[in-house]
Amino acid sequence: MTAAPLQIRGLSIGYPSDHGRIQAVRDIDLDVAAGEFLGIVGESGSGKTQLLLAVLGLSAPRAELRGSIRYRGQELLGLDSAALNQVRGNRISMVFQDPMTALNPYLRIGRQITEVVRVHRRSTWRDAERRALDMLESVHIPEGPRRLRQYPHELSGGMRQRVMIAMALIAEPEILLADEPSTALDVTVQAQILKLFQELRARTGTAIVLVTHDLGVIAEVADRVAVMYAGRIMEQAPVHELFAHPRHPYTEALQQSIPRIDAPRPLHLASIGGVPPNPAALPAGCAFAPRCIYRLPICDAVAPPLIQSSPGHWKACHHDGPLGRLRGEAA
Amino acid sequence: MPPQSAALLAVRELSVTYRVAYRGGHTLLRAVNGVSFELARGETLGLVGESGSGKSTIARALLRLVPAESGVAMFHGSNLLELTGSRLQAMRRHLQLIFQDPLASLDPRMNIGDILGEPLRVFEPQLSGEQRRQRVLAMTRAVGLGAEHLHRFAHEFSGGQAQRIGIARALIIEPELIVCDEPLSALDVSIKSQISNLLKDLQRQLQLSLLFISHDLAAVRFSCDRVLVLYLGRVMEIAGCDALFSAGRHPYTRALIRAAPIPDPVAARARRSAPLEGEIPSPLFAPSGCVFRTRCPMAIDRCAREIPLLRQVGDSQVACHRAEEVGDGL
Repeated sequence: MTAAPLQIRGLSIGYPSDHGRIQAVRDIDLDVAAGEFLGIVGESGSGKTQLLLAVLGLSAPRAELRGSIRYRGQELLGLDSAALNQVRGNRISMVFQDPMTALNPYLRIGRQITEVVRVHRRSTWRDAERRALDMLESVHIPEGPRRLRQYPHELSGGMRQRVMIAMALIAEPEILLADEPSTALDVTVQAQILKLFQELRARTGTAIVLVTHDLGVIAEVADRVAVMYAGRIMEQAPVHELFAHPRHPYTEALQQSIPRIDAPRPLHLASIGGVPPNPAALPAGCAFAPRCIYRLPICDAVAPPLIQSSPGHWKACHHDGPLGRLRGEAA
Repeated sequence: MPPQSAALLAVRELSVTYRVAYRGGHTLLRAVNGVSFELARGETLGLVGESGSGKSTIARALLRLVPAESGVAMFHGSNLLELTGSRLQAMRRHLQLIFQDPLASLDPRMNIGDILGEPLRVFEPQLSGEQRRQRVLAMTRAVGLGAEHLHRFAHEFSGGQAQRIGIARALIIEPELIVCDEPLSALDVSIKSQISNLLKDLQRQLQLSLLFISHDLAAVRFSCDRVLVLYLGRVMEIAGCDALFSAGRHPYTRALIRAAPIPDPVAARARRSAPLEGEIPSPLFAPSGCVFRTRCPMAIDRCAREIPLLRQVGDSQVACHRAEEVGDGL
């Protein structure tokens, strides 16, 4: 097997704040393999967005980063922007949650796309425009020439997100990072965008890292899943394995607490008591322990390391027995 | 499903029009167009549809936050849409709202005890201070908080706790009808199930009638007895929850259900049908005939000419010329 193009090792991201130091990301090891569709799922504050931003060197200036982020052997942490720009937008690019704030409202769509082409490829405006039209077609935006002359506000939310995806893919990156790319969209448009990601991945071989709070979205598209909580990866496994045999109590809790559209409703949903911990005052042991129904004495004292419990299946949990105690109540 | 005769709220032909700026002048945008439905006592009715479908506008018109253009909404023997002055004020105690953003809907300068006491001060001024404190404490406990929370301020609470306070504030004056406008959307996954369970328990205990507005179909399936599906301000389908999710009769209902993610990769990937194409058009340019026809995989010429009326097909009331041809399985 060839080495994964993106390798993250021991990554921690902290911020000084009025309430003490905030640990947004803690000691994360993560690989992104060539051409894979990796889903990262977590709630707000789990550190999933911070992780993506760090890969592109977009963390806030006051963020303190430790560890290593290597792309094809090259260390990205600490690289200056000129060197980073050889990688970001080019080899690794990103799609954000809200296309309206990521696009410049004063510039026509055509200008914004061709600019990306011109930054990454030596080309004339005419060639860049031809490339832009090709990209619009590949993300299924009809009437390309007319769209290029329009401003972002003239497009629907789904169209704007397609434009963002076109811009992110124009330099044919090896890895595409997507931060909640369909969360702001209606459900039918979300389904279209997820289908587009799958289609583009199949056609171009670009690896996709999709960050979301929605396990349903993960189940639809991901090959492999990392579950984050309070800045750490709690569990990591191939998608079918993770859903069929979750090994971390938090994964089980997430899975059991979501109502399903394809099953009769229970009287009560299984629910996780309590709230996620304050990132400025994390517990000494496992961050999920205060809410965990499988909690052992050791959980409060020692944070469990992420260990491989079977091939490709990693978990950070002291509990070794089976899960299955958490269930909704039947009607 | 409770019998129709027990309707607490009966809405007939509700239309709401906004005046919007357009090409240097103004034009009228019809956000809700001839919507009728009933809500029984103790029933939870879901309003679903994509953004721009008119679901929040219906709620805002019933709460008199925007004027209705036409229609009737009978509640407690009078037309909600025509009440004014003290009669409107008196009606508000029976009709409360739970908001989407729980933190934004709480006054940051009042402590929780005062926030919960205020509706009692307004609607039950005869209560003594001690009686009021007792009611506030009982309500606080009913939503899973305790006496220790009463002196705190909104910013000291998490989103889930703030939504509990929002629910307590809506329920403390014992209203009969609660409008919940996306009550779960702003909450994290692990908190959503807590609040979903709480709302359902309170609804049952207090026999509340709920108008539950949500874009999340799975949440609607969990919470609602019946569902009303809207598209561009018109009713596409009304049906009991089980009938709608197992055998919805409108092509739009089917498309919405197919697009909703399923948290199970086996089931999710077994659905191989293509997602609905295009996006909801602007209500300024609503299509002729059936408003859904421009995205409908089953549209025929008749759909452009003739507005389909709501009619009974199987277990649904459905507005589609071809409802009989929409099969049973999904």
